[in-house]
Amino acid sequence: MAGAAVHGRSVTDSPNLAPPVVRPGRIEWRSATILEVVAETPHSKTLVLDVPGWPGHTAGQHIDVRLTAEDGYQAQRSYSIASEPTRRTLSITIERLDDGEVSPYLTDALGVGDRMELRGPIGGYFVWDPSMGGPLFLVAGGSGIVPLMAMLRARAAAPPALRGAAAATLLYSSRSWNDVIYRDEIAKLSVDPGVRVIHTLTRSQPPGWTGFTRRIDADMLAEVTPAPPLRPQIFICGPTALVETAAQILVDLGHEPSRVKTERFGPTG
Amino acid sequence: MADEPIISRGFRGRRAPAAKASRLPPGQYEERDFPVLSAGPTPHTPLSKWDFTLRGVDGATAKWTWNELQALPHETITRDIHCVTKWTKFDTMWEGISVDTLIAEAAKRGVQTAPFIVAYSDGGYTTNLPLDDVTGGKAWIAFGYDGKPLDPEHGGPARLLVPHLYFWKSAKWVRGIQFTAHNEPGFWEVNGYHDRGDPWREQRYTGDP
Repeated sequence: MAGAAVHGRSVTDSPNLAPPVVRPGRIEWRSATILEVVAETPHSKTLVLDVPGWPGHTAGQHIDVRLTAEDGYQAQRSYSIASEPTRRTLSITIERLDDGEVSPYLTDALGVGDRMELRGPIGGYFVWDPSMGGPLFLVAGGSGIVPLMAMLRARAAAPPALRGAAAATLLYSSRSWNDVIYRDEIAKLSVDPGVRVIHTLTRSQPPGWTGFTRRIDADMLAEVTPAPPLRPQIFICGPTALVETAAQILVDLGHEPSRVKTERFGPTG
Repeated sequence: MADEPIISRGFRGRRAPAAKASRLPPGQYEERDFPVLSAGPTPHTPLSKWDFTLRGVDGATAKWTWNELQALPHETITRDIHCVTKWTKFDTMWEGISVDTLIAEAAKRGVQTAPFIVAYSDGGYTTNLPLDDVTGGKAWIAFGYDGKPLDPEHGGPARLLVPHLYFWKSAKWVRGIQFTAHNEPGFWEVNGYHDRGDPWREQRYTGDP
């Protein structure tokens, strides 16, 4: 949690002057260099970045990216951080929107060695650190997986004792098997008996698919969610309709609203 | 720290026409939809159990039921709104009751104002504002949007509307205003976001000038 302004002690001998307010530092724009570009799905790419001076982050936080045209015009967008805090590089995963202003440039025009500006980390609520324990219940829709993947990666990188105390369940809704972002890595993470992954493929399924094939609904959540007495920490990220539906159902199932944290993740252009 | 902006080769961007560009605060882009952003589940309080409270520092309160509130003079408000997540929506149309009206009514019941307020909502959300930012025709309790009752996902039955500040200050599902002698940071204000949130000064995050 970022601190509010802290009042410093005044060193002046005038009692009429208010004490100086010590403000936390501004979140500065930094120069990031692209080290690697990973095609995740036909519509999304991960940029792996070197960010000198990066102050560290907590899984679930985001950054702002700023692009500047040659005539000085600027555009900013927010992207969730995909990488775990202990990694030396920072990564973001961008879903390409065909009519977007920023995402096609980030996914199509930038390559290894190019630089971009970013600032962060931002946000102190939709966050999870292995010290917060579990069980974790993560609900993702489409590119809403990104901040939740940072949490799963942070869990995987944690010492065994913390990892063991944070069983994680991921319910991940995608249109098709080819639209599943981080598909292979998620499969590897789920080898850990403390990680359970449930996919639902809402538009098309590969031959032999035996998993869910519908949008997230009450029956599905009742089947896969850790029971309310286990007091799971719940994080939901995805399009508004998915988030509204899942959050409402989970409250109806008996989970405390304060333990249901949401991030609406309309893809940003 | 970046000393000067990095030029993104080949990035052209999508500029708003001049008439609209002047209405876009720095770092914002025009959005025609109305995105939903909230930190938790949408609360659903039935109107029969809904009320709205103004509470002074000394604990004196003025309270209105839904029907009592509706009996106060309504205003229609057309303003641009600016979300800290970068979108701006032009010419949004609201119906509501001015906070000035509520303060005047509350004064008749012995509720005094104070230099700051905390708006509080169903679901536990809070946001802080200086009194100056919610008086003088700058803030409303809004229950209508675009000619219809305000949707729950956008804050219905009623939300605070403070369109000159980033939209997290326009607390959804608002249930009351607590006057406070000192500034008491609210939910997002202790979670990394700016204390005041003026979009024209790009006061997005804690520490922004």
